Amino acid sequence: MSSLDPRINRLDLVKTAQAENIQPHQHWETYEVFVQAKRGGHHTHAGSLHAADHDMALIFAKEQFARRGQCHNIWVVKTSNIFALNTEDADMFAENNEKKYRNTGGFKVSDKITQYKRSHKHTQPDETD
Amino acid sequence: MNTQALKEMLCKMGDDALIMGHRNAEWTGLAPTLEEDISFSSIAQDQIGHALAMYTLMHEHLGEPNPDIIGFSRPETDFTCCHLVELPNSGYDFSLIRHFLFDHAEILRYKALTNSAFTPLAQVAAKITGELKYHILHANTWVRHLGNATEEAKARLQTSLNTLLPYALGIFEPSIFEQALIADGIFIGENALQTQWMQTIAAILKQTALHLPDVTTIQPVYGGRRGYHTEYLQPLLTEMTEVFRIDEQAEW
Repeated sequence: MSSLDPRINRLDLVKTAQAENIQPHQHWETYEVFVQAKRGGHHTHAGSLHAADHDMALIFAKEQFARRGQCHNIWVVKTSNIFALNTEDADMFAENNEKKYRNTGGFKVSDKITQYKRSHKHTQPDETD
Repeated sequence: MNTQALKEMLCKMGDDALIMGHRNAEWTGLAPTLEEDISFSSIAQDQIGHALAMYTLMHEHLGEPNPDIIGFSRPETDFTCCHLVELPNSGYDFSLIRHFLFDHAEILRYKALTNSAFTPLAQVAAKITGELKYHILHANTWVRHLGNATEEAKARLQTSLNTLLPYALGIFEPSIFEQALIADGIFIGENALQTQWMQTIAAILKQTALHLPDVTTIQPVYGGRRGYHTEYLQPLLTEMTEVFRIDEQAEW
């Protein structure tokens, strides 16, 4: 058995100089990877990778995008299954800043109130929430 | 508790993991695709970590020297790894099949050890089992994929499987302390482990076009557990300890 370690067997560039002729679609497809840091949290786009199928995409995604820090779950989606708007139509959103009445800032305030109530629950045992 | 038996068991587990990790790490930068390179390198890194965990138990509970000394200062004949992990890499098919055969034995071994009467080992085994879950997911995915792919892929995997099976059976070479380990509730024993392993790998291979040879007709490659090794171990140890031997007292 010969070693593939390049320090032992150097690649013979003269013999292998013939470039391989790759047919269209012969490359693996790309997958988009979405990582969920905590249970119940959002899956956030982390990047993309090449894989032969979705099972392989998942095993690659684990080490490529979730080997450091916290991770609870991973989604992979074929890049070809992601549909996007045309970027030249971005002017559809141009007026968003003018429509403050659509903002859901109220929910953020109510989140803060709920959080405050929870954190004071133990100090005010009489209060029911 | 028979500490001699325990020491022997931890040592062979550590040695298997260290040598397998070193061999697999030789693929870093050379694996077939970037994504696979990262995954396989991580697996190799995990294995070095498992060796460290076993050597640390030997150091902290059984009076052995520190893990670096255990890993890097022993002569070849004191190593008790099986021959499977020593064999040099050839094609990627060879390393994938070895990874498949080895890590299935590893996860079953560590799962069994989560119930070990030696509590510090049971705790470490629970952590390691989580990592090994990824190892077998990785191995199974590749074996299922390539084992149902082109004729060339199937033929390559089959050849590697036929070559490696006698060595893989060497993982389960019985220890002279086998009965003591079982009686003390430290481990279920190599025999029981081999039975579980056979069932598991047969079930995965059934989902492929690969054929599992009849293991009852195969002579297992034993000797590693008693310090007899292939010609490939010493060159590996020489390379692995090259830097360490420059200054053994160096602080890292």
